Amino acid sequence: MTKSELIEHLANQQAHLLQKDVELSVRLILDRISQALGRDERVEIRGFGSFSLHHRPARVGRNPKTGEPVEIASKRVPHFKPGKELRERVNASVQPEGTRGSTS
Amino acid sequence: MALTKAELAEALFDELGLNKREAKEFVDLFFETLRNCLEKGGEVKLSGFGNFELRTKNSRPGRNPKTGEEIPISARRVVTFRPGQKLRLRVDVDART
Repeated sequence: MTKSELIEHLANQQAHLLQKDVELSVRLILDRISQALGRDERVEIRGFGSFSLHHRPARVGRNPKTGEPVEIASKRVPHFKPGKELRERVNASVQPEGTRGSTS
Repeated sequence: MALTKAELAEALFDELGLNKREAKEFVDLFFETLRNCLEKGGEVKLSGFGNFELRTKNSRPGRNPKTGEEIPISARRVVTFRPGQKLRLRVDVDART
């Protein structure tokens, strides 16, 4: 599913909203999440998951061609941890009944 | 302070003029649509943000870290998120400023 398919689906489900407002709403949600991460703020969506930043320290890497050492700056990368409901639902559809949750 | 669904609904209300009930419903439906798609085995690609992908993991031997007891971990399907270029740049550039 792409962003435009998501917008189309939401517009069909929320027929009282204008297509334009659905587009703006989707954009606003994604933008707010990105913005929060830009400030190194966590995002917690109950039942879906949480977004946070992982901090990678600076390190000395190596140019694989020349073998020359190069300094790699520290960086921050977005990380998503699926929530319980999402984990269970995604897994349930592939697990036979009865084995589900045996290791969670 | 973490960003939650309540603040996202508030933003839809403040900035786009959805009423409070519509805003809350919209945010719930947004995430439910993503969950549904993933549950059915589909991936979600949100350009400029990132992709939610599925990975199938084989079963492997595990261990209870407390007791040391061996327990098998069954095969499972998990969701992974690959942030898009734009989001990566955004959080990394903001880190330096």
